[in-house]
Amino acid sequence: MATGGLASLLGVFDISLDKLANGELWLAQFFRGLSDGATYASVALALVMIYKSTGFINFAQGSLALLGVYLVYVFSVEQGLPVAVAVVCAMGASAAVAAFVERVFIRPFPPDHVLPLVIVTLGLLLIIDSAVGIVWGFRTRSLPSMFPRGAPIEWGIAQLTWRTIGNLGTVFAVVGLLYLLLSRTKVGLAFRAVSSNLESARLVGIRVGPTLGFGWALAAAIGTLGGALVVPDLLLEPSIMLRVLIFSLAAAALGGLDSMVGAVIGGLVVGLARNLLVTFLDLSELALATAVAVILVVLLVRPTGLFGSTRVERV
Amino acid sequence: MLHGIDFSVAEGQIAVILGANGAGKTTTLRALCAMVAVEGSIRLAGEELAGHRTADIVRRGVAHVPQGRGTFPELSVDENLLAGAFVRTDGQVRADVERWYEAFPVLGQRRSQAAGSLSGGEQQMLAIARALMLRPTLLLLDEPSLGLAPMITRSLFEQLTAINAEAGTTMLVVEQNAALALGVADRAYVLEAGEVALSGPAGELAADDNVRRAYLGY
Repeated sequence: MATGGLASLLGVFDISLDKLANGELWLAQFFRGLSDGATYASVALALVMIYKSTGFINFAQGSLALLGVYLVYVFSVEQGLPVAVAVVCAMGASAAVAAFVERVFIRPFPPDHVLPLVIVTLGLLLIIDSAVGIVWGFRTRSLPSMFPRGAPIEWGIAQLTWRTIGNLGTVFAVVGLLYLLLSRTKVGLAFRAVSSNLESARLVGIRVGPTLGFGWALAAAIGTLGGALVVPDLLLEPSIMLRVLIFSLAAAALGGLDSMVGAVIGGLVVGLARNLLVTFLDLSELALATAVAVILVVLLVRPTGLFGSTRVERV
Repeated sequence: MLHGIDFSVAEGQIAVILGANGAGKTTTLRALCAMVAVEGSIRLAGEELAGHRTADIVRRGVAHVPQGRGTFPELSVDENLLAGAFVRTDGQVRADVERWYEAFPVLGQRRSQAAGSLSGGEQQMLAIARALMLRPTLLLLDEPSLGLAPMITRSLFEQLTAINAEAGTTMLVVEQNAALALGVADRAYVLEAGEVALSGPAGELAADDNVRRAYLGY
């Protein structure tokens, strides 16, 4: 009975035992998963930054990153700059755009009224995505990676590529730098104070608007970096970041929405789960659905995610 | 909603605002640092405050301990105090932090703990120390005794009078514990339905029969 059930289950999912027994395939997918996961993690970090400080998910985050990635394309492919330089320039440019967007569209709304702000970010998502489509068109382009091709370490088909190493290294560097920025600098203290208690932040003389604007700019730069990591694996077209955003949302939700470490671990878990599911269960059509399933399950079972803090209000 | 509130606090003095719930005490304090919209004039040492934003009023030396939640729960005790000195540019900030650890030893013991993990009384001390980190010329305290045990409240008020005497910090206190507040204050105002109903030296108000019946309960 049990074996029959298992066999039919294997049949449904088209699982081949050969595949499951193939250690190199596991290792290969493990590396790919880490690489994808690192890219989700970096976009998730941007989401978490805004969520921590404002209490809402900035749906325009993916769009600002999309704009950033197109700028990477312009700077590197069209202007001929080295890709890494192009990425840094695009990070700066998208930060400036985000600061402008925050100043014009977000700051007029009181920061503690979340619902209007969420609607505004949804509107911004549509506007920016469409604007990108109008300017650059809808045909797909390929974007070069910052990291060299090839793999320094190989075991048969399992390769630890430069890109995987680069993606992981970048995401850990970003987390490290963010940690230093937030815990060791005055602007970091202001940002965390605003995140923790808006009213008290005002009462110690912190200018809340510019501090949140700084958060938007920083998050856009990080999102652009994340996009520059993820898009070379896919193709650049105006809806690309929407898909990435869903995986990153799953990563952020899994990690707990307000935890940066959680975002990274959530990203890696989602990246691994996606690659293993796609490879061993042949679920490539359902990859996106698994991300949505992760969000649903987390919200149902453990709304604070793995590392999120439970907000306790004293009454 | 307040209508035509008119009062003043002399430099270096402690003034207390009394009144029933909803009389407008908290709103009065919030108006002083632009947390609510204000019509009229608010002057600090002759300088107009009305029309300025909170962040700028803080830079003129007004510190405010809001009711019940004046700390940053996710930040450590140490970071809370540093945040209190956010607008200061002098080199004495660290020395001041140590000074308040001496005045409130329990904060010193918990300096790396998250403020949210402290007890209610400890958080209130932290909120006050956080406000004092500004080296304020005017300290606004909204119900500092709220939720504190009577003994802690008494020692808190002793601390406040000591700070007032030592640093000459002007204080405006909103307080439910009228007996205690009138005991330390120089001047008192009684608010009723958004207006000043009574005012005078704290000692006189404490002796006033109507005030006694309404706010002191004997």
